[in-house]
Amino acid sequence: MKKDLKQKSKHIYWNPYYGGFLLGILILFTFYLTGRGLGASGAMKSSVVSIIESVSPTHAEESNYYSKFITEDESPMKNWLVFETLGVLIGAFISGGLSGRIGWRIQHSPKITSKRRLVFALGGGILFGLGAQIARGCTSGAALSGMAVLSTGGFITMLAIFGSAYATAYFFRKNWI
Amino acid sequence: MGPLIPNGVIPIEWDNIIAILIGIVFGFVLEASGFSSSRKLAGVFYGYDFAVLKVFFTAAVVAVIGVYYMDYLGYLDITQLYVHPLYLWGAIIGGIIMGVGFVAGGFCPGTSLCAVAIGKIDAIVYVGGIMVGIFIFSELYPLFLPIYDGYFYGNVTLEDSLGINPYWFVFIFSIIAIAAFVVSDMVRKKVKKIFY
Repeated sequence: MKKDLKQKSKHIYWNPYYGGFLLGILILFTFYLTGRGLGASGAMKSSVVSIIESVSPTHAEESNYYSKFITEDESPMKNWLVFETLGVLIGAFISGGLSGRIGWRIQHSPKITSKRRLVFALGGGILFGLGAQIARGCTSGAALSGMAVLSTGGFITMLAIFGSAYATAYFFRKNWI
Repeated sequence: MGPLIPNGVIPIEWDNIIAILIGIVFGFVLEASGFSSSRKLAGVFYGYDFAVLKVFFTAAVVAVIGVYYMDYLGYLDITQLYVHPLYLWGAIIGGIIMGVGFVAGGFCPGTSLCAVAIGKIDAIVYVGGIMVGIFIFSELYPLFLPIYDGYFYGNVTLEDSLGINPYWFVFIFSIIAIAAFVVSDMVRKKVKKIFY
């Protein structure tokens, strides 16, 4: 393992309690301003809806699900969560840039190949996307923002996510440890 | 009295600008906490890095104490806040599927966006996967409809569901979080170190 300064600074992250405190203040501030919490998967849903709408408008209108998010005169991308997600990309880019963490790479355990990492990333993403639609939100929108207002649904979603991840972690251990 | 935008204190035209600003802080905090690294995130499931647990529960405790305290002081009307609805089996089954996706892919949607922003190719593939997952759900929507729309209990809080005093619950929740932090540090000392 390289020990030069640049290599070291790449792995210096904030104290987790400090990061968590600021994140909590941000959630509080978001509720105070907008009356709603944060989100992440919502913008991806808007993207899928707008792709389907432009590729096959009739299919989007006939579908019971896509049609929920399509209005006559406004694009599904004109949405609070889409703007928030653009901000997330900007903010993460600034933070990564300040710490020298920007660069094209595939991060994986040395015990597995890049290809295996990408296959599991794709599969994990598909499952997460599917689950986030069934539960109407992901770790940000349902679990974290839900817990901030003591939403029962938020707590159940959080317990289900972490419970199932711990229960199945054994089967994916080769990818991580 | 908050929330400010729904009550017209801040004009609605600011909504999308505020969204971008809030997003910037959100992305910055997540990335600076190390959430753009799938190997750091996955550590919580194997005991070699508990950053997810610490950041996530600290944020939840701070936010919930803040929301109830501001309501108590009269700055924020808690009844006007959006409460994530309870669709019982949707939450359970969706959560279980998300959990498997989390440990398989090493990201959740918000963290994967941070990793995309700093050029992680595995995260780009992961976000592509999420969109495929949403597409599959949308195409098979009638199949999922019973759990998506069924078992609906309204936009309920734990106060409604369990009849407990929210202030006591927030207090107990904070104690549980602190206990979890202490235990996680003890576990991490026993687990083999992983360098990533």
